[in-house]
Amino acid sequence: MSEPLLKIEGLGKRFGGFVALDSVDLNVAPGERLGLIGPNGSGKSTLVNCICGTLRNEDGTVSFGGARIDGLIAHERTRLGLARSFQLPRPFATMTVAENLHVPLIYTVGARSGHHLSAADLDARCMELLALVALDGKARQMPRDLTQVEMRKLELARAVAAEPKLLIADEAMAGLSHSEVEDIVKLLIRLNERGITIIMIEHIMRAVMAFSQRLAVLVSGKKIADGKPEDVIKDKDVVGAYLGT
Amino acid sequence: MDFTLLMNAVIAGLLLGAFYAAVTAGISISFGMLDVVNIAHPAFIILGSYIAYIVNTHFGLDPIVVSIIALPAFYALGAAVYQIFYISFEKRGQDSLRGLAFFFGLLFVTEVFLVLTFGVDYRSVDAAYIGASLRFGIIELPYRLLVPAVVSLAMFAGLQIFLGRTFIGRAVMAVSQDPLALRLMAVDPTRIKRIAFAISIATASLAGAFLIIIQPVIPSVGRDYIGRIFAICVLGGLGSLPGTLIAALLLGVIESITSTFYGPSWAPAVSFGILLLTLAIRPSGLFGR
Amino acid sequence: MRTPLFILIQFAVALALYLVLRFFGNDYLFFAGYTVLQFIVLATAWNILGGYCGYVNFGSAGFFAIGAYTSVCLFTIGQAPEDVFPAAILPAMQWIFPLPVPVIIVCSGIMAGLVGLGTGYLTLRLRGVFFAIATLALAVVLQTLVVNWSFVGGSRGAYVIPANTVPVFGPYIQYLFALMLLLTIVALTSARLIERSSLGVGFATIRDDELAAEACGVPTLKLKLIATVLSGALMGMAGAPFPFYIGYTEPGSVFDLGYAVNAIAMPMIGGTTSWAGPLIGAILLGTLQQIATVTISSAANLLLVGLLLIGFVIVAPTGVVGLWQSWFGKGAKR
Repeated sequence: MSEPLLKIEGLGKRFGGFVALDSVDLNVAPGERLGLIGPNGSGKSTLVNCICGTLRNEDGTVSFGGARIDGLIAHERTRLGLARSFQLPRPFATMTVAENLHVPLIYTVGARSGHHLSAADLDARCMELLALVALDGKARQMPRDLTQVEMRKLELARAVAAEPKLLIADEAMAGLSHSEVEDIVKLLIRLNERGITIIMIEHIMRAVMAFSQRLAVLVSGKKIADGKPEDVIKDKDVVGAYLGT
Repeated sequence: MDFTLLMNAVIAGLLLGAFYAAVTAGISISFGMLDVVNIAHPAFIILGSYIAYIVNTHFGLDPIVVSIIALPAFYALGAAVYQIFYISFEKRGQDSLRGLAFFFGLLFVTEVFLVLTFGVDYRSVDAAYIGASLRFGIIELPYRLLVPAVVSLAMFAGLQIFLGRTFIGRAVMAVSQDPLALRLMAVDPTRIKRIAFAISIATASLAGAFLIIIQPVIPSVGRDYIGRIFAICVLGGLGSLPGTLIAALLLGVIESITSTFYGPSWAPAVSFGILLLTLAIRPSGLFGR
Repeated sequence: MRTPLFILIQFAVALALYLVLRFFGNDYLFFAGYTVLQFIVLATAWNILGGYCGYVNFGSAGFFAIGAYTSVCLFTIGQAPEDVFPAAILPAMQWIFPLPVPVIIVCSGIMAGLVGLGTGYLTLRLRGVFFAIATLALAVVLQTLVVNWSFVGGSRGAYVIPANTVPVFGPYIQYLFALMLLLTIVALTSARLIERSSLGVGFATIRDDELAAEACGVPTLKLKLIATVLSGALMGMAGAPFPFYIGYTEPGSVFDLGYAVNAIAMPMIGGTTSWAGPLIGAILLGTLQQIATVTISSAANLLLVGLLLIGFVIVAPTGVVGLWQSWFGKGAKR
């Protein structure tokens, strides 16, 4: 495989005496669709937080685009092209849906290019993004007036607004209905076709299997499997620890 | 350096430190464990001091006895304040700004109310032991420091046992770390928090009595203690009662030595200075989780 | 409304106000008006960090005092530069000093801004509540330092006696009033500019959800520091003319708790999301307090402020501006 876009080597993270992540290795190739599964409390969210800079890892390294990023603060990593959506949506509550998207547009895209985006430009890009997730009708509404699935879509749209090279979708589909889950999977595949590498963290196996080109499994802070989805789900350790019969 | 002077400064500092621990115990619970930034805590302490003062002056009762009698009232007050706080802020999920402003307002209103009621003259209490000292050779233990210190330690020990050994106590320690688990055990986290907060205010009753035994009191004295309280909390590590005790003793000694050798006007700066230093260097404190 | 027009309108209002007060010829009005203007600046300054970013500053009195005492220092140096400077640079210093008040105001702003930067750098990487406590600590440490520093008079205080009259303005208080008017315009314009700029968007994200803000690329620490510096500098500038206003500066009056409470109460009662909130809050509360001081007592007026703060925070958290918006339906914005 050519140089991976995201390279995690020996990543370790402890909370006091509790080992959340234990020597995790993970590579993600450019353009890939990686699925990450595991039981609750296995360290998936901790892994995301360490990749994105919300938490500092104690051991190991995280490299993005060939360069080490473990020393960087979260917003610096976002500016390098790493975006994530939060497991529990965290919209900016006092701003409208459209204004929520302005934030990454101003502070990531605008900051990256070095010049100020005009108001017209901001609005145009905003509308384009909202159309992508079918939220363009709700541009002037407040996040608290959105439905669950709309909030999830806003969360994803906001991550995409940062024009990332790699997007981590952290349990973006929890609690959604069958058709809503399909919606989001289709959206993620569409985004991937536009060139965004995506890591999907999920419990909904149907979605994971439909989406992933490769599947990794995390249990109790350790990666116990990593390979083609159809092989991984038959792996007996995975079945024992997570999937069941 | 005069060894006797130093020795007695350290001892006075330790006794004072024990008292500071009692003052801080309440905040250790409300801020350290419940994450409620009750900066009005000193106001409740001063309230306790004034209540001890009134009853002591009119009925001659020992101030510590008064404060014990007043415990249920303070407990109820604490429960009421928490209920208002919970309904107005925590439940609504409001930003912490408003909660802070609420407590700040409470601190302020209490102080001004006391000024209007009692004026700005220094008030103190009378008890048989105030003024006398226990002597061991060159060591002098003033009773006005010794008695509060001993009762403080007793109160502290009592709190520690309560938190470690009783069901409700352990629920209090759990509520900040895992409210979901509590719910699963059919325990209402809000009720537990209310109980804990009420206990923290109840400690203020005792602390108030200690305060007015140790020094004369005016309403603004509360503000001097904000710094000490938070310095101790942060230095000891949030949520750790033993940490609070050790930090309190440390602060007491440093303050006492500074006071003795450099003059008392530098005392307020000591605690705040320690606070700023701790925040800058090791924000989780000595024993923080 | 574009900013230049906004500035023009403010100047027009300020000029009209000045002329009206001058017409009445009663110096008391200027003194009272100065106090209200001072509060407008303090409240607006506080709101930049507190309302826009969500970081509470309990030590407004400290920043105010930095301004006041920088003033005292510079004035005292100006009275007798030969006591302070070595002979080598004395002629140059004697030419510079005594400094005119507007220059002193700017210097005070710089000093206060620097202190804000330092405090912020130490504490803004921690949770907001630690910053709040640190600001409280700062005010006390500063007061202790001042009380022990004889150059500015220590606890005995210092006299700052300016000229009796000034060309153009006449009585000195009118000159100070005019300076305060200018400062108010600077404060309000800055607040409004920030609100409408991408800086304001960044501030709002910090207030709403700092973690999400970072994930969107917002450099939260840098922005918080900017807010702290701006806020502190404005507070310092508000404090700079104070020694000239009051004549006798002693720590008790400069570090008055009233400043800390009012700086918080005025924006919270007026409304924290807009530049208009602190303005409304300051005018309302400032006037109320003047009336209460005169009719009841000065302790009573503080009690009133405290009760109003608690009341509004519980019942009307969006303040007067928020109430206005919900009654007259300015849209879904909170």
